[in-house]
Amino acid sequence: MSLTAVSTTARLPDLSRVPAVDEVGVNERVARFQSRSIKTTAKAEALRMILSMIDLTTLEGQDTPGKVRQLCQKAIHLHDSIPGLPHVAAVCVYPNMVAVAREALEGHDINIASVATAFPSGMSSLEVKLDDTRMAVDAGANEIDMVISRGAFLAGEYAYVFDEIAAIKEACGDAHLKVILETGELGTLDRVRRASVLAMHAGADFIKTSTGKIQPAATMQVTLVMLQAIRDYFYETGRMVGMKPAGGISTSKLAIHYLVMLRETLGQAWMTPEWFRFGASSLANDVLMQIARQATGVYQSADYFSKD
Amino acid sequence: MVAAHERVPVAKTYKIYIGGKFPRTESGRYFALEDKKGKVIANVCRSSRKDFRNAVVAARGAQPGWAKASAYLRGQILYRVAEMLEGRKEQFVHELTIQGSTERQAQREVDASIDRLIYYAGWADKYQQVFSAVNPVSSSHFNFSVLEPTGVVTILAPNDSGLIGLISNVAATIVGGNTTVVLASEERPLSAVSFAEVLHASDVPGGVVNILTGFRSELTEQFASHMDVNAVVYCDGGRKVAKTVQEAAADNIKPAISRRGVDWLSDAGASPYLIRDTQEVKTTWHPIGT
Repeated sequence: MSLTAVSTTARLPDLSRVPAVDEVGVNERVARFQSRSIKTTAKAEALRMILSMIDLTTLEGQDTPGKVRQLCQKAIHLHDSIPGLPHVAAVCVYPNMVAVAREALEGHDINIASVATAFPSGMSSLEVKLDDTRMAVDAGANEIDMVISRGAFLAGEYAYVFDEIAAIKEACGDAHLKVILETGELGTLDRVRRASVLAMHAGADFIKTSTGKIQPAATMQVTLVMLQAIRDYFYETGRMVGMKPAGGISTSKLAIHYLVMLRETLGQAWMTPEWFRFGASSLANDVLMQIARQATGVYQSADYFSKD
Repeated sequence: MVAAHERVPVAKTYKIYIGGKFPRTESGRYFALEDKKGKVIANVCRSSRKDFRNAVVAARGAQPGWAKASAYLRGQILYRVAEMLEGRKEQFVHELTIQGSTERQAQREVDASIDRLIYYAGWADKYQQVFSAVNPVSSSHFNFSVLEPTGVVTILAPNDSGLIGLISNVAATIVGGNTTVVLASEERPLSAVSFAEVLHASDVPGGVVNILTGFRSELTEQFASHMDVNAVVYCDGGRKVAKTVQEAAADNIKPAISRRGVDWLSDAGASPYLIRDTQEVKTTWHPIGT
């Protein structure tokens, strides 16, 4: 596979013209989002929206078909004792587990996301990454979460990273492509902004913060910078790109802060699972416990909620 | 002529104790504590149910580690608390007197509190022998019962005693590997906050004891109903309070332990049965050859 297959409309923009990020400004803006008071009915709405945006994730070396089936069960039956709950947006697994998930989710409107491209490090050849992607798509994944080559990006080989993303996008076919920047390895918010611009121009349908394997994972700061990049890209090209913070978002309160940030940066149009996702495994239970708390008036215990 | 400058005394801010930290109540509410003559002694945090929830999260987080600590270590730590309290005796006597005790009563209560801690420190590696058993069964099994901590215990500390009631209940609860959230006496809350400082300086891991101040009327039901609480201890109130606690506790069938009418200064306030109250009995059937 050569890189000549890249669509001719995608062009690497001049990254030196990407605006610099004002870190102090970002911190202050993020602090403001956290001071919004979201209560009662607004909170109830927010909690349900969060559930519908979750990519329920298991990405462990110890994953087994049994574990993945269990996760899919959880995705379908979040907490049946509370009727009328939305289901999660997708389950997210490794490529060799996609077929298992496909079978377990048969007949349900839940997407299957698969990580690919030598996740989580991305340290392999383009051929291997393309094969990895095709394998996941052929097995039935409708969303692909790829990682960028951080080493190449940090070395300034932007064209290489750009071509790689474009080639994977091609290999995805109809599947949506989420591009993981792994912001914890990029170091500065300026680089996060540049990588976001690069990924979007290369054809990303979503940009995603992290693999969850590196600390720090998603923070409100990097997410804000990425949301701003999405906004400016939209003004420039008219194309909407989705956002997925992943890793470290485990409480409802924090997730609600993210929704506030989304609403105030990108607006109502992005407030759907089609354009915003949370990559998380333990967030769902915390949200469910909050919803149960609102329904019963009694604080809940993890003892009464299924683990996966 | 230059006037002599009188030094402005530094008054203490009485805060609550959650997860090894001393935050103010998240609600920003306070109530003024007055002495008998109606003079304000201190502004005290009026904790909200959110403070309580945060405290339960801290207690739950600390519980597995505390239960895993050896009995010997838990005893040592309780002994250390007693040592620290002994060193700060004067402060506690003073606080009890400004909250209405006479000097003699206060002295007696602080002494008894230190002794009570030593008492439970001693029980740390002994209650298990006393309450565990090898049970005779008519099958070929080796059958034995041992105690395990129930988990997170909430305590509505006695209202009429500022220190000894609180310490008796807390020590009996944590010595067995439980963690706890305590609501201090509403009328005499100052000693509880100062006791938190003693705990903080005594190697008690953060989250093992969490101390809130505030109103019974507001928090009693929360203390009993929270699903992540495994037992609730209450020490005051009439039938109405008992009804509230028991009904709220019924949701997840947690034990509601009544310790009303106990004279905490007397010997009746110290007993290994208080330790057993917040333990669960695990019985094991181990097959053996005939």
